[in-house]
Amino acid sequence: MKIIACIKQVPDSEAKVKAENGQVSWGESPLVINPFDEYAVEGALQQKEATNGTVTALCIGLESAKETLKHALAMGADDAVLISDAALNALDTQGAARVLAASINKIGGVDLVVFGRQSLDDGSGVTAAQTARLLGWPMLGLAGQIKVQEGSAQVARVIEEGRQIVHANLPAVLSVVQSIGEPRYPSFMGIRKASKAVIPIWSLKDLGINAPAPIVTRTELVTPPSRDVACEIITGDGPAQIAETLAEKILAEKVL
Amino acid sequence: MKTFVYIDHFKGQVQAASWEALGAAKSFGSAIAIIFGSGLDALAKTAFEFGADEVLLADDSALTDYRAEAFASTLSALASSQSPDLILFPTTTRTREMAAMLAMDLNTGILVDITALSIEGDQFVATRPIYEGKLFEKISCNTKPAIATLRARAFPRPAQDSSHGGTATKVEAKADSPTTVESYEVAESIVSLTDSSVVVSGGRGVSNNPSLTPPSGMDDKQAEIWRAHQGFKLIGDLTSVLDGAVGASRAAVDAGYIPYSNQVGQTGKTVAPDLYIACGISGAIQHIAGIRSAKMVVAINKDPDAPIFK
Ligand SMILES: Cc1cc2nc3c(=O)[nH]c(=O)nc-3n(C[C@H](O)[C@H](O)[C@H](O)COP(=O)(O)OP(=O)(O)OC[C@H]3O[C@@H](n4cnc5c(N)ncnc54)[C@H](O)[C@@H]3O)c2cc1C
Ligand SMILES: Nc1ncnc2c1ncn2[C@@H]1O[C@H](COP(=O)(O)O)[C@@H](O)[C@H]1O
Repeated sequence: MKIIACIKQVPDSEAKVKAENGQVSWGESPLVINPFDEYAVEGALQQKEATNGTVTALCIGLESAKETLKHALAMGADDAVLISDAALNALDTQGAARVLAASINKIGGVDLVVFGRQSLDDGSGVTAAQTARLLGWPMLGLAGQIKVQEGSAQVARVIEEGRQIVHANLPAVLSVVQSIGEPRYPSFMGIRKASKAVIPIWSLKDLGINAPAPIVTRTELVTPPSRDVACEIITGDGPAQIAETLAEKILAEKVL
Repeated sequence: MKTFVYIDHFKGQVQAASWEALGAAKSFGSAIAIIFGSGLDALAKTAFEFGADEVLLADDSALTDYRAEAFASTLSALASSQSPDLILFPTTTRTREMAAMLAMDLNTGILVDITALSIEGDQFVATRPIYEGKLFEKISCNTKPAIATLRARAFPRPAQDSSHGGTATKVEAKADSPTTVESYEVAESIVSLTDSSVVVSGGRGVSNNPSLTPPSGMDDKQAEIWRAHQGFKLIGDLTSVLDGAVGASRAAVDAGYIPYSNQVGQTGKTVAPDLYIACGISGAIQHIAGIRSAKMVVAINKDPDAPIFK
């Protein structure tokens, strides 16, 4: 089975993110694989093992995103493709979906495309469904478990109300959540292989498409007002008294 | 100004943020509630009570189970024939998908999980959190209709007025979908974490009540889970008194105390309650990422130096 894992490069979640001159800045913090997409790579690798398939990691990003693709290779992906083009600097989710769909078509013969739940930076969680719609493939979203069998996939989808077992024929687009299992650590062999890997870079011309016209554009960055958090430790003579003091304070704050 | 508002529900049980979306729509002009499913006359009535000027109801047994493709197609057909200026959704697992597909069908923009919406000139401008709420961005959509999903509890909930009524208009379902729903495993209590004004969460510390003696014959892991279940039972009792929802840290989910759908934090849910009570949770940055909008946080912890107090 031929599997693609879509991964994005984002600033580390520990980064102090700020607005600086209308741009997002994350200081010296490293760029890493989107944590949600580590689960996508893990889910893809599980299916590779179950079906004796291959995994290609796919990323739209700057040249620096090669490092992120190498992380996926070190985890066990077979190959990687970077989509990079100066015309792609202000992609909205529709645009990303168009570029991903064109890339998936160019790779060809794909059975399964695995996405993360959402990107850490943009956080929209819509690119997978938009890509599925463009490809005309079924969308199996928010999978916590995947079973692939005879040309079809069954997933346990995690929703607000619990879980839903959903089925579709391949090829299909999936997004996965954390219940899929802890992402594996890159192996020593994997790291060696990844460090030597030559990752092809495809431009829009290679994909045979024009730059998608931006529909949603950012007009302003806003720094949230800093919150004055007052922390108070409640002490007392045993749990009953502490609870009483706490209850009084909660009622006084009118949050109930 | 004509706005479609998609009322998201699970087997008739509505995601309350749908009413907040209806209220937002009313502030711009006329609000048309859109309801898909089967046997939903009661929900249509409630939509009128929350202020809908019109209700479009696709009542079809083929829409009993939510399937993104069928729901998106049904909605795109309606949008194409009625040309609304704006289509609003509450942000939920379902609507992120169907709104995403709708945006492709209508070749228009989607503003996801927004906390504010206004009109500037002839464009919709929305505010939304990015980088896990560390920053906000203002974004505009230069195509019509604009599609937006609204973060729960970010917009005021309109009052319900039982004297406001109307007759729902039946519309056609486009039931084609390449996916089939085989079964459900529904959680016992389906109080929505994102909608609740009170959330009580348990962490690894919940399994650490020294005054409990587990039944004999359990190994250490079983005893730990048994202790944790006693703790979560207490948390459940508290939430039923406070009309709140039960949350959990990732450590509690990973240890098997409670399902993933209860997890709060970066890789779980983002909540915005007035009161958040964290029991036996240390307050790792990834947990805090999910509770940034809480008004008051109470932490019950035996370690006064735990990061949650910082
Ligand atoms: C990529 C990534 C994503 C993550 N996403 C999430 C996420 O979405 N949500 C999340 O929660 N975490 C997430 N984490 C994990 C996070 O880093 C922490 O490991 C986790 O939140 C810890 O859970 P905890 O606070 O329950 O456990 P601990 O950190 O072990 O804390 C237990 C607390 O219980 C207290 N305690 C113990 N016994 C008692 C007692 N008897 N009475 C009172 N207090 C007691 C202790 O003092 C301690 O503070 C993520 C991590 C990574 C790397
Ligand atoms: N630039 C990108 N390159 C590759 N995959 C991406 C990119 N952006 C988003 N994705 C995928 O789409 C998912 C959802 O992203 P988003 O809709 O931005 O929250 C991510 O978890 C990735 O799997």
